Amino acid sequence: MNQGKLTFKGGVHVPEYKELAENKSIEVAESPQFAYIPLHQHIGAPCDPVVNVGDRVTIGQKIGESGAFVSGTVHASIAGTVKEIKMMYTPTGAKAKCIVIENDGTDEMHESVKGRNLDELSPQEIIGLVKESGITGMGGASFPAHVKFSIPEDKKIDTVILNGAECEPYLTGDHRLMLEEPEAIVFGLKAIKKALGVEKAYIGIENNKMDAVESINKAISPEDGIEVAVLQTKYPQGAEKSIIYAITGRSVGTGALPLEVGVVVSNVATSKAIADAIQHGKPVYERVVTVTGRGISEPKNLLARIGTPFSELIRQSGGFSGKPGKVISGGPMMGIAQFTLDVPVIKGSGGILVLPEEEVKEEPVLPCIKCGKCLEVCPSGLQPLFISAYALKNDVEKADSYSAMACVECGACSFICPAKRPLSESIRNIKKEIIAKRKKS
Amino acid sequence: MDGKVMDPANNDTVVLDDMLIVSQSPHIRSDESVKRTMLDVIIALVPAMIGSVYFFGFDAIRLLLITVVAALIFEYGIQKLFKKPVRIMDLSAVVTGVLLALNLPAGTPWWVAVFGAAFAIIIVKEFFGGIGQNFMNPALGARAALVASWPGIMTAYTNPDGISAATPLGILKAGEGSLPAIQRMIFGDIGGVIGETSAILLLIGGLYLIIRNVIDWKIPVIYIATTSVVLMLLGVDSSNLTYHVLGGGLILGAFFMATDYASSPVTPKGKIIFAIGCGLLTALIRVKGGLPEGVSYSILIMNVATPLIEKLTRPKVFGEVK
Repeated sequence: MNQGKLTFKGGVHVPEYKELAENKSIEVAESPQFAYIPLHQHIGAPCDPVVNVGDRVTIGQKIGESGAFVSGTVHASIAGTVKEIKMMYTPTGAKAKCIVIENDGTDEMHESVKGRNLDELSPQEIIGLVKESGITGMGGASFPAHVKFSIPEDKKIDTVILNGAECEPYLTGDHRLMLEEPEAIVFGLKAIKKALGVEKAYIGIENNKMDAVESINKAISPEDGIEVAVLQTKYPQGAEKSIIYAITGRSVGTGALPLEVGVVVSNVATSKAIADAIQHGKPVYERVVTVTGRGISEPKNLLARIGTPFSELIRQSGGFSGKPGKVISGGPMMGIAQFTLDVPVIKGSGGILVLPEEEVKEEPVLPCIKCGKCLEVCPSGLQPLFISAYALKNDVEKADSYSAMACVECGACSFICPAKRPLSESIRNIKKEIIAKRKKS
Repeated sequence: MDGKVMDPANNDTVVLDDMLIVSQSPHIRSDESVKRTMLDVIIALVPAMIGSVYFFGFDAIRLLLITVVAALIFEYGIQKLFKKPVRIMDLSAVVTGVLLALNLPAGTPWWVAVFGAAFAIIIVKEFFGGIGQNFMNPALGARAALVASWPGIMTAYTNPDGISAATPLGILKAGEGSLPAIQRMIFGDIGGVIGETSAILLLIGGLYLIIRNVIDWKIPVIYIATTSVVLMLLGVDSSNLTYHVLGGGLILGAFFMATDYASSPVTPKGKIIFAIGCGLLTALIRVKGGLPEGVSYSILIMNVATPLIEKLTRPKVFGEVK
């Protein structure tokens, strides 16, 4: 393994801006006065509430679940009274039914919160526990982990990859977890290996985080069957298909899942959540959120309760410094710009990035000069300039014929474009049209 | 919203003093710009421009000034006329002007230069949609139009000393006359259009463009290599090969004209095919054709083949099995 040089084809070097928060230890955020917990914060079916207005709930208590297999159970993140169940905006930009809990300040834990012994758990029990704990992909996609770990009979998995690339600029939560909780991350990985019956596992980390490499290496014993894979620092190294190719050399085609090449990828934060679920019986009711950007007075990595409003975490990070231009849920490359601060932290919230007004410059869009830089950086081997040109003309068929659906929406093309064209944006839009058209026919 | 934090308990009544800016990701952009790219090309041409002034004196300054100013004026005028945004500040017209001047013999009259600039900007560039849309290199298109219209003027090459003289390729074609020493070829003290004579100054600029990632090294390198190989296959004596590489417009064409974004393929394989095609045609024209030089027409022919090449060389999508 060519440590430190592992990479994928394409990609782009983006400014990192990690220095704002990478040296800030994870700090436990104050629990909020009110928690707004969406019943739909994952890919799959929304949950139904299992508590009523007026009920008293405690930390870790299940408050929402779904009968559907592809869904993520939801738990109370504070102890208190259910005040309301209402529709609210979430950081994804969509509205979801939210359970509003008023904090009674007791921080009382639910009786279900108790640790187990990994050695006594069968693979099926591990996956069941993952489902019960509401663990969804914490790298941002929020795909239910128990679904990912339920491998169809005809598929054989031989490799697990933990994604610690954290290639998004600004975000440092995974980095801090690898520094501060390496044992838990490795423990979670061992549980995933056991659940899947896999011998070989890698933890992929970009070479701009050598301290994390060292920290994880210290937590691994030779008999664990776990190896750290040091990746080149390049965006989007942490994209699922990129990291699989970088570490195993296997290519996952368009529309295919990693399991078709025998690989399962999870984020390091997801692994930590699995460790918490097994060792302490903790479901996902909190996560590390990097509150950062030059629009924030004191950038921090906060361990925040799910349901904490963005405004509250911004306040705990010293508030805005200057006039905010954009407030982004996630990183600057793939994150979602918010129009209000009254959205709650959800399981997929890796960061709250505030760009001051002067950094949010609207640059004029110029005609494409056909420099071809978008082809160079596209990790999917696409020709963004042509797809985008068809997309802007709403030529769904042509865009489809140029393999628009293979786009992973990493934004590298838009980032590099000297004419500042909305390449990634227009391709994202036309993909929705293509899906709609396919459904119709 | 001047740094104030809203009451999270009362989330129905929050009114933002000012709106947050919302747009799709990505939220950061690189420092790359069209202007910077064009500026890089101009910077890369500075050594050749200085060389042209050194060798051809006031004539070079005169031609550079006329073509650049004319190109800017025509671009401004036509964009105004077509009610399009005026984009002369993107410097692309300056690049066209400079390249056109470098493709003219020192004695070219001012009105020929102005006509060339008009043809390049109005006909080749703006009529087809402006920057990025030209189907052939504007400067080369203009040069071809000028050669067709005023063949006498456009082939009246002079030596740097002002005395009319055949180019090394002309001497080779005619099979008579004495070829200059190799050192003079590299340095640029030979006959030709004002910008093509100094191999070393053009290579410095070409290297700069490659280092700055403005152009792909494959196009010039494969172009020049293909030309050399095909010339040898066609029986050109290896001692004359140096004159073929250094003596005409090959280096200027390979580094600065064949690499024009809009008129060359954007696909990696397409770039290679394009370069091979240019090299093949250049060698064929020089040896089998009636002209001593073949760079301009080779590139122009490959320019018009570019859309076809792009269609046939679609890159493989990641993970796709073909």
